[in-house]
Amino acid sequence: MESLIHKFKKVAPAAALLMAVVGGTALQSCSSGPGEGSATAAGVSSDAASAVYVAPGKHDELYSFLSGGFNGQVSVYGLPSGRLLKIIPVFTQHGENGYGYSEESKAMLQTSHGFVPWDDLHHPKLSRTDGQTDGRWLFVNGNNTPRVARIDLKTFETVEIMEIPNSAGNHCSPYPTNNNEYVIAGTRFSVPLDMKGGTGDVSLDKYEEEFRGSISFIKVDQEKGDMDLDFQILVPGFDYDLANGGKGPSEDWVFFTTYNSEKSGTLKEVGASQNDRDYLAAVNWKLAAKYAKEGKAREMPANYYHNKVDKDSHIAKSTVKKSVRYLLPEDCPGMMYLLPAPKSPHGIDVDPSGEFMVVSGKLASAIPVFSFSKMQEAIKNKAFDGEKNGIPVLKYESVLKGEVKEPGLGPLHTEFDGKGNAYTSMFVSSEVVKWKLNELEVVDRMPVYYSVGHLMIPGGDTKEPHGKYLVAMNKITKDRYLPTGPELAHSAQLIDISGEKMKMLLDFPTVAEPHYAQAIVASKVAPNSTKFYKLDANKHPHAVKKEADVSVKREGKNVIRVKMTAIRSHMTPDNIEGVQVGDTVYFHVTNLEQDWDVPHGFAVMGANNAETLIMPGATQTLTWVPKKAGVFPFYCTDFCSALHQEMQGYIRVSPKGSNVPITFSTGKKKQNIPGVASTK
Amino acid sequence: MKTYQKALMIVAALSLGLLFMFPMWKIYLKAPQYPEGLELHIWVNKLGGSSESVLQNFNILNHYIGMEAIHAESFAELQYMPYIVVFFMITGVLVGLIGKQNLVLGWSGLLMLGGAVGILDFYLWLVKFGTNLDPMAAIKVPGMTYIPPLLGSKVLLNFEALSLPAWGSLGIFLGISLSLLVWILGRKAAPLSQARTPKHAVA
Repeated sequence: MESLIHKFKKVAPAAALLMAVVGGTALQSCSSGPGEGSATAAGVSSDAASAVYVAPGKHDELYSFLSGGFNGQVSVYGLPSGRLLKIIPVFTQHGENGYGYSEESKAMLQTSHGFVPWDDLHHPKLSRTDGQTDGRWLFVNGNNTPRVARIDLKTFETVEIMEIPNSAGNHCSPYPTNNNEYVIAGTRFSVPLDMKGGTGDVSLDKYEEEFRGSISFIKVDQEKGDMDLDFQILVPGFDYDLANGGKGPSEDWVFFTTYNSEKSGTLKEVGASQNDRDYLAAVNWKLAAKYAKEGKAREMPANYYHNKVDKDSHIAKSTVKKSVRYLLPEDCPGMMYLLPAPKSPHGIDVDPSGEFMVVSGKLASAIPVFSFSKMQEAIKNKAFDGEKNGIPVLKYESVLKGEVKEPGLGPLHTEFDGKGNAYTSMFVSSEVVKWKLNELEVVDRMPVYYSVGHLMIPGGDTKEPHGKYLVAMNKITKDRYLPTGPELAHSAQLIDISGEKMKMLLDFPTVAEPHYAQAIVASKVAPNSTKFYKLDANKHPHAVKKEADVSVKREGKNVIRVKMTAIRSHMTPDNIEGVQVGDTVYFHVTNLEQDWDVPHGFAVMGANNAETLIMPGATQTLTWVPKKAGVFPFYCTDFCSALHQEMQGYIRVSPKGSNVPITFSTGKKKQNIPGVASTK
Repeated sequence: MKTYQKALMIVAALSLGLLFMFPMWKIYLKAPQYPEGLELHIWVNKLGGSSESVLQNFNILNHYIGMEAIHAESFAELQYMPYIVVFFMITGVLVGLIGKQNLVLGWSGLLMLGGAVGILDFYLWLVKFGTNLDPMAAIKVPGMTYIPPLLGSKVLLNFEALSLPAWGSLGIFLGISLSLLVWILGRKAAPLSQARTPKHAVA
């Protein structure tokens, strides 16, 4: 081929150029496939390696919390290194530690639909004080079976899950107000509410007349963080997509993007894309709370679960709530307005000053920026353009500050650096675009690989962003990493935004599908991290606090309760006899350790659930129903010490009705193990 | 004896009170797995450490080599030592009030003796724990004993043990040195005061 090019070169240089282009294309297609991406190095800063290098033994500057999307979990990464620190199970059973399997944690996944051990977790939001992240809790949503969960950042464990009634597709969720007064959750999929706690058996042709959305206001206990569904607002049956709270002058308000103002119930990709403008819904949450308090709220029957972990026993308990209060916008003047927004808007983001509301219309060619002060003015002057279900619609021009022209294709989300710049993710043109908030001018672009969804600047949705880094969460990975078969890890990219120009620093693979993320400086979280639970404070009803107190008892006909302990490097008891086929055996294992990073695991052969991982000072329960007679080993699953392998025992199972008495022991009396006596 | 000397003697006696405010001795353990270190604090009346559960953690580590578990209840000393210290404090104050040279020397000598016995007793405990090992222990290193150092550092398998007196010991040190100072000052002052006030000398 090359000699051919040479021949052509002699004859006609212009033809050679053409050939070179064709040849180049041919060569490129040869190198595609499992090779490295052609765009691998684009925009990478020359000092990228040192900018993200966190030396062994050193800590990252920030914690980041990436939602796991369809894995129902939250992943915790250190920034700038991109090191994975932890996976926190929230809506999904987690065999790794027994979450959702153990007797203590099962109740967390209970809903009015029964046990739902999976969900689609989209948006993590950090709790706030004075409009800034305070490092106390992380709120997350479950999209599929509407739920909002709270993770305690002292323990990095899910401690509360609240089911949301009258909702479907809890996507527009959870948005905390500036002092955690409320966490707000909206419906993406409107449904025909039967006003009795469920959805009606309604013809799907009746979308327009029967379907409604809801916005839930979950009150948060200022001290403990406990959630309580205070009231809901029943809203027109649009799709409520995303929300964000105001700040400063707009802090009483929360804004929701909506699409499907057409109220289409089928083939929404077409049906919901007909109107040139949908709406940004503005809700004055303070006024709503006032209306609810002052008796404007009506009450309807409901049926939803509220699951909470007791901090002293670590046992989750479910409460079933039977009613919910609701407000109707038409009863509550001044509470809700609609702002026309270009076609099917997605992200709504309020800048740190609280003056600008940026709406990213995924199908729009420009990014409209609304002005809060103009909105106030328009409300005062009643600059309305009709109304929708009793909710005044404001005139587009009367609330618009301006539009960012030709920002890129497919704008989705915007965050802010606190220095007057906004950064918008462009799904279709696969880039992050930096633009000036005041001038509405694009000043920089950074290609990202590929098709960025959300982006996140630590604190970029709060009053005071930490404008040093930006994380782009990309939906498509393709050739970014070594191939791993058809399914690939999603890709996040870390971008330095401290200077004029954005600088690409790092790619890191993520777990499942991060939709959104939050990040916080480590000093707000790390000092409060729990090292272990105090054994003295353990109030589990089946905890045993010293080896002398362990027991194995038959309760009723078929229940065996084993109250046992684990400490380096033995379990007490480790020999158990007298269990019969078909018994339900509860292993209540208390970890007697009182030191940092000494969990013990517990697993028994043939158990139809998972292991359970027990933190020092805590008690966890594994249930086991032996199906056949014989001897079954159990053991510690978390490498705990030099004699971890020896940390094992046996349980003998005899046929049903056998007369083998219950006995249990560990070692012999003479053996020198601290505190151990034969328990026979 | 002059007032300031008497006062100094009382200070000497009261400085023993430091024993109730701070540990007497600290044993530091360091190992690769314990970057934060483990500290065992020996008080005049109790055992403590860098954390509430330090004794349990010491015992867990020690049980692999067959060392007997350490419990505060095993040491009768922790029961009666406080009384001895209080005895020294009361008698020290009395000696200060009385102001007799011989009593000062006697008190000082007795305290030195007490301190020496205490250190000897401590050493014997270390030897007992370090050598009296369970023959069934999981880890047995032929010929190895695990006597922690009385003073200074020593490597014991994966642990580096460092043993040092702590602020409480300063109480004993001050008790001894201040009372000796009072006695020395008294000796120097004696001939002078005799010359100036012969009447008193006669009396």
